[in-house]
Amino acid sequence: MNLWQSVDPSHLISLAILVPLIGAILVVITGKAPNLRESVTLVTAVTLFTIVLAITDYTFQGLPLNLDVIELFPGLGLNFEVEPLGVLFALVASFLWIITSIYAIGYMRGHNEANQTRFFCCFALAICSVMAICFSGNLLTLFVFYEVLTLSTYPLVTHAGTDAAKKGGRVYLGILLSTSIVFLLFAVVGTWTVAGTLDFKAGGVFDGSESKLVLGVLLVLFCYGIGKAAIMPFHRWLPAAMVAPTPVSALLHAVAVVKAGVFSILKVVIYIFGLDTLADLPATDLMLYIGAATILLSSCIAMTKDNLKARLAYSTVSQLSYIVVGALLASSIASAGAALHIATHAVGKITLFFCAGAIMVASHKKNISEMVGLGRQMPLTMIAFGIGAISIIGLPPMAGTWSKWYLTIGALEADKLIIVAVLMVSSLLNIAYLLPIPIKAFFNSATPDQGPWSWSQTKEAPVASLIAIGVTSFACLALFFYPQPLIALVNLIPGVTTHLNGAS
Amino acid sequence: MLEQHLVALPIILPLIAAPIALLFGRTILTWAFATLISAGACFAAFSLLIAALSEGVLSYAVGGWPPPWGIELRVDAANAFVLFAVTALSTLVLLYSKASASHEIDPDKQALFYTAHLLCLAGLSGILVTGDAFNLFVFLEISSLATYTLVSLASDKRCLTAAFRYLIMGTIGATFILIGVGLLYMKTGTLNMLDLSARIAALEASRTVNTGLAFIMVGVSIKLALFPLHMWLPGAYTYAPSAVSAFLASTATKVAVYVMIRFIFTIFGAEHVFAEMGMDFILMVLAVVAIFKCSYVACVQSNVKTVLAHSSLAQIGYMVLGISLVSVTGLMAGLIHIFNHALMKGALFMAVGAVFYRLGSVNIEAFRGLGKRMPLTMAAFTIAGLSIIGVPLTVGFVSKWYLITGALEQNNWLIAGLVLAGSLLAVVYIGRVLEAAYFKEFPASHDSKDVKEVPLSMLIPMWVLVIANIYFGIDTSFTTEAATSAAQWLFQNNQVLELTP
Repeated sequence: MNLWQSVDPSHLISLAILVPLIGAILVVITGKAPNLRESVTLVTAVTLFTIVLAITDYTFQGLPLNLDVIELFPGLGLNFEVEPLGVLFALVASFLWIITSIYAIGYMRGHNEANQTRFFCCFALAICSVMAICFSGNLLTLFVFYEVLTLSTYPLVTHAGTDAAKKGGRVYLGILLSTSIVFLLFAVVGTWTVAGTLDFKAGGVFDGSESKLVLGVLLVLFCYGIGKAAIMPFHRWLPAAMVAPTPVSALLHAVAVVKAGVFSILKVVIYIFGLDTLADLPATDLMLYIGAATILLSSCIAMTKDNLKARLAYSTVSQLSYIVVGALLASSIASAGAALHIATHAVGKITLFFCAGAIMVASHKKNISEMVGLGRQMPLTMIAFGIGAISIIGLPPMAGTWSKWYLTIGALEADKLIIVAVLMVSSLLNIAYLLPIPIKAFFNSATPDQGPWSWSQTKEAPVASLIAIGVTSFACLALFFYPQPLIALVNLIPGVTTHLNGAS
Repeated sequence: MLEQHLVALPIILPLIAAPIALLFGRTILTWAFATLISAGACFAAFSLLIAALSEGVLSYAVGGWPPPWGIELRVDAANAFVLFAVTALSTLVLLYSKASASHEIDPDKQALFYTAHLLCLAGLSGILVTGDAFNLFVFLEISSLATYTLVSLASDKRCLTAAFRYLIMGTIGATFILIGVGLLYMKTGTLNMLDLSARIAALEASRTVNTGLAFIMVGVSIKLALFPLHMWLPGAYTYAPSAVSAFLASTATKVAVYVMIRFIFTIFGAEHVFAEMGMDFILMVLAVVAIFKCSYVACVQSNVKTVLAHSSLAQIGYMVLGISLVSVTGLMAGLIHIFNHALMKGALFMAVGAVFYRLGSVNIEAFRGLGKRMPLTMAAFTIAGLSIIGVPLTVGFVSKWYLITGALEQNNWLIAGLVLAGSLLAVVYIGRVLEAAYFKEFPASHDSKDVKEVPLSMLIPMWVLVIANIYFGIDTSFTTEAATSAAQWLFQNNQVLELTP
């Protein structure tokens, strides 16, 4: 679908980055009139999505798009280039931005939050930097906008302005900024000195003459430098960021920010190292097992959390490591699974966060122990929660099935049975900490001897929020039955395929 | 006619203007006159930089006496670059002084302030353009004496102890340099830098020359406040008037770094100093210790000017580290950081001066709630602070990038890691101030009506620097080109082959 045929394809990248930026400015200008301001957000979000769709269209046609902005250092500058993995991420982020905006309108008004203009403005800025990350053509550009994303989401995390929010914000900024300054920048400059280029290139930039020790050190630096991927022990910022309003947690800490992290890791693995180089490095196995440990440990921590958002946060930490593990398995199918997981986890987790926010707005409950019997009041929300949970677990007929499917095949193909075991155990852990919530909401009752249920007992969140929840739950289902476009997109990534034995 | 004497203008203009400024007395004319002169010097410096970049070297024989007998003024890419930074900063600080200095300095001492400032500028320019080792000492003394005066002009009486301490340490440093230059003269019979370098190269290992080198290096290290010879600096920067702190922090120590570069690369020769005398290791260790020790101390101070002073010490560590890498990239990182650090520290001290202007205190408590009260000032502080940290798209990132590249080129992964870890400490000390400004409430006890934005005459120079921080962080071609050709010039100039360990 291409609504932008009249526009020269070469302008689409700048449009994709500028539209949210203009949106942010317009939000500030229209700040005094909330209705107008929210329409600006929605119109911007929809426009952005159509632009990304147009870019997708050109990607399928095989038309290369790129954009050089400015040269920062001799032979190295900010430049953007469209490639399938970035398009996938951009599609997910821009689509969910529309939904989150609808949801946020209901949530922010239902909750009577202050400083809503700052909120919507920073939100648009964050999306702007996500778009720049998606389409970045070299590591330097990726690094620059990675930092911009951290800084632009900081005001969102500390939005509430309470002591807890400031503390959370400090952890958030502290970990993300310090890992990126110390490790990521180090890795970027290291790559620049070793390889002499930072461009993303199919098959990687290293020509095999570099020592394995150096490459191994670089890989470890990249994995920990991209703190947004939340590999243990640098995962603490994610639970800390949960002090933010729920729409922020939903879009940024289930989709945009954390996915920017794992997206960067995938990008580095596929386009900087190349899967073949990666498979030869001893350090790959090291990071692979650390990722596997993160999957299991954070699932265990999630079980101990009674606060719903904290539990979801640890669940996110665990799910992010699925993608890290998928990337580090260095097999083409596992990488495909990891790329798909960006999309499928996004729709599943955003549904869960939306539900958590809806529960908070409608019944002011934050803790799981208080949600027993809540199915009577909020049946729709709880059904959606069940759908999201099943998708995260990876059971048919929900989207999460496909990514877990390909990840498992990838692990088998790479002959790493232990990773298969980790994925399976993790699914069981997911069942243990997610499914009891909707089950107890429907089948246990808070007070004995309640009469038969009727619609009049329901007390759901504002309609805007419910619509958003409905759309994402539907997306969970739809992506199970109709994942072909995403799979086709993933297959366009050089060296990555969903077919066995790398045959395409 | 004027073009011929362009090289001398940055010295002559402020030198002649200084006593004249005294005659104007207490009027606004003094300020306008000083600013105009400084702007003229800046314009001359800019033309010199353009000329040096295209033509290479400009030589000027003072009084028509040809070198090596007469005094030679010699401008190449390296000093033209630093000269431009110094004169530009001086002009901006003078613009800023109109409101700031009239608020902080006694009315009857204000003419003195402008006179001392111009003298200091003349001295600094002189150090930069002279091609004569003894002449360099003379200009160093001119600028230092003016600096002691400037520091002691503040209304807070603690500035007197600070100035006295600075005077003692500065004089020791200058004496050491004088002794060193004397020893060189004794051995070679010449004072012209190029002549010196040729004759020193001809001498086989001479103990006199090496003793001279040791004296000069220690003397210069005092002047540039290299750890552990830095103790005079925090006091001087803390208690000096805000405009003076801004000027000194962004120029004086940077010029001393230039002197070190000049002595090492032009006079003694990098190969002699580094390969034979092993000074690169000494400098590297001291620089790394300076980065960590001073950054740490900056994290625990409560006076924000002291924080920035210690931060300056750490930044000097980065410059010396660049020199100690002994490569074109490393030297270039050092040179570019001289320029970039002037931009960021100038902006930071100006922002802090603005807070002092309104609240009369620069304690970290005074910053509480200022994010809403003085939004423009604090935004300037934030951006310049991000630049110190080295966030991309600011000049700090450019310096850091080249410094790390320089270290990694030599496979020195340890140094690269230490540089990055050092910038984390900057996150802490800048973050503390920002947290107070944006997340603490404005204390109810203060009379809140008086606390508002500072006058435009302070905001404009501050924001010029802030915008320069971003502009030169994005369009790096000018600074990179100037610093690269300067570094290459310094290496080639002496026919020293690049050393690779």
